[in-house]
Amino acid sequence: MRVRSGFGLLALAAATLAVGFLVLPVVAIFADVSPARLLDALGEEPAREALWLSLRTTLMAVAIVVAVGTPAAYLLALRRFRGRALVLTAIELPLVMPPAVAGIALLAALGPSGILGGAIEGAGLELVFQTAGVVVALIFVSAPFFLCQGIAAFAALDPRLLEAARTLGAGPFRTFATVAVPGARPGLTAGLALAWGRALGEFGATLLFAGSLEGVTQTAPLAIFSEFSRPGGLVSALALSGVLIIVAALILVSVKLLGADRAVENPGVFR
Amino acid sequence: MERNRPVGGLIVAMLVVPALMGCGGGGSGEPTLTLFAASSLTEALGKYDDSFPGARVRSSFAGSGQLAAQLGQGAKADVFASADTGYLAELHRAGVVGRPVVFARNRLVVVTAEGATLKSLRDLARPATKVVIGDSGVPVGQYTRAVLGRLPAGEREAILANVRSEEAEASSVLAKVSGGAADAGFVYVTDVATVAGRVRAVPIPPRLQPDVAYAAAVVSGSGEPRLARRYLQGLLNGAGAADLGAAGFLPPR
Repeated sequence: MRVRSGFGLLALAAATLAVGFLVLPVVAIFADVSPARLLDALGEEPAREALWLSLRTTLMAVAIVVAVGTPAAYLLALRRFRGRALVLTAIELPLVMPPAVAGIALLAALGPSGILGGAIEGAGLELVFQTAGVVVALIFVSAPFFLCQGIAAFAALDPRLLEAARTLGAGPFRTFATVAVPGARPGLTAGLALAWGRALGEFGATLLFAGSLEGVTQTAPLAIFSEFSRPGGLVSALALSGVLIIVAALILVSVKLLGADRAVENPGVFR
Repeated sequence: MERNRPVGGLIVAMLVVPALMGCGGGGSGEPTLTLFAASSLTEALGKYDDSFPGARVRSSFAGSGQLAAQLGQGAKADVFASADTGYLAELHRAGVVGRPVVFARNRLVVVTAEGATLKSLRDLARPATKVVIGDSGVPVGQYTRAVLGRLPAGEREAILANVRSEEAEASSVLAKVSGGAADAGFVYVTDVATVAGRVRAVPIPPRLQPDVAYAAAVVSGSGEPRLARRYLQGLLNGAGAADLGAAGFLPPR
């Protein structure tokens, strides 16, 4: 596109506005917090504990999302069945649901007096006010990101490729594991990055469903909220925010690099 | 692509409709007074706001700590009513608000879930009781810790060990109990009526009660300082004081 054209200029202005608007708040946090203060924030026990809890719970949630979500996305992408559109819309719903609504919905489903509350208690499990409850909330809000990307990635595979694998004698699992997953890997890794990012930033559903207690359910976003609410806590809230941004950026970049590498390794499969 | 969707029209509508709606409220010619108030004041001041003459009162009810932080960051408001005196004293020193006045007092109470068998404060120390309290940084959490601080050490430790969540405001504590997630929580006496029948109240003996004082002040940057002062006056001895009394708040003394 030539920038000199009228539309070119308009698009350039729009892009500048979009990038500027998205970058400014991030820059502002680091303008307010010196690098020394960031290191101090890492040295504070509650902050460290919150970050560590965030890392643990998001890793667990993302691992479960990928393990269950990959075959599920594969099936939903390739099978045509009645009500498929309805199912696809239903799994996208948590994407547009306010997190607080997600928290209340989880309570109504899995809370002590929820639909499955008795069954969960009967199985000796406890979710509300427990770290396991945080993981459940994270899975609920982040899984749709991975599923949607995964379905799109599997649906974009050349069907002839999968057929060829089967004709050559590969069973359904082998076709899935050695042809479909490597082919869909760029889309799957992008979904993983989005899901992880969403999980890392999760706040409302966790607060309503799992509560907020240091070392048990108080993840980094909840710790930031707690700091923000106390007198003079703004500085430590800013510092912890800065640390969280860096962690999120590292995750995003490393997952992207991982996806890019694979795409180059398998140029023939990836379309 | 045979369907040509009117995306452009949709974008224009998304920009224009909220802009038009935003103009609706200002048409009456009445000035708007913005109130920042502790969430425990929601019912009482909501009533006062609706009947406040000469202005439309727009209220933001949230945890006192969050509101204080927002004001400290330059949020625009006319009156700030906090569930304690500490935030206002600090904001007053920083020049953000005028001189604070205490306009009401309150007491703390233990609320228990409908089915719970908890009858006294001591019962909260029973093992595996799920207790929810306010965060140590917010007023309801500080008052709760003051109550616990007056208990024998063993009982206090046992109750603290039962704490499953620390919430940013009293209303969140209440929601955890009324929703059945927790067995018991510490809230203000005045909160109980807002979820009538969903929880049972277990009184806290007077000798354990903290001094819960609500203070308010006019925000220094207020565009309607006269209205704001009149609002404050009504809280002290007017319709606001009556609404506070009806909701169970105690007079400032």
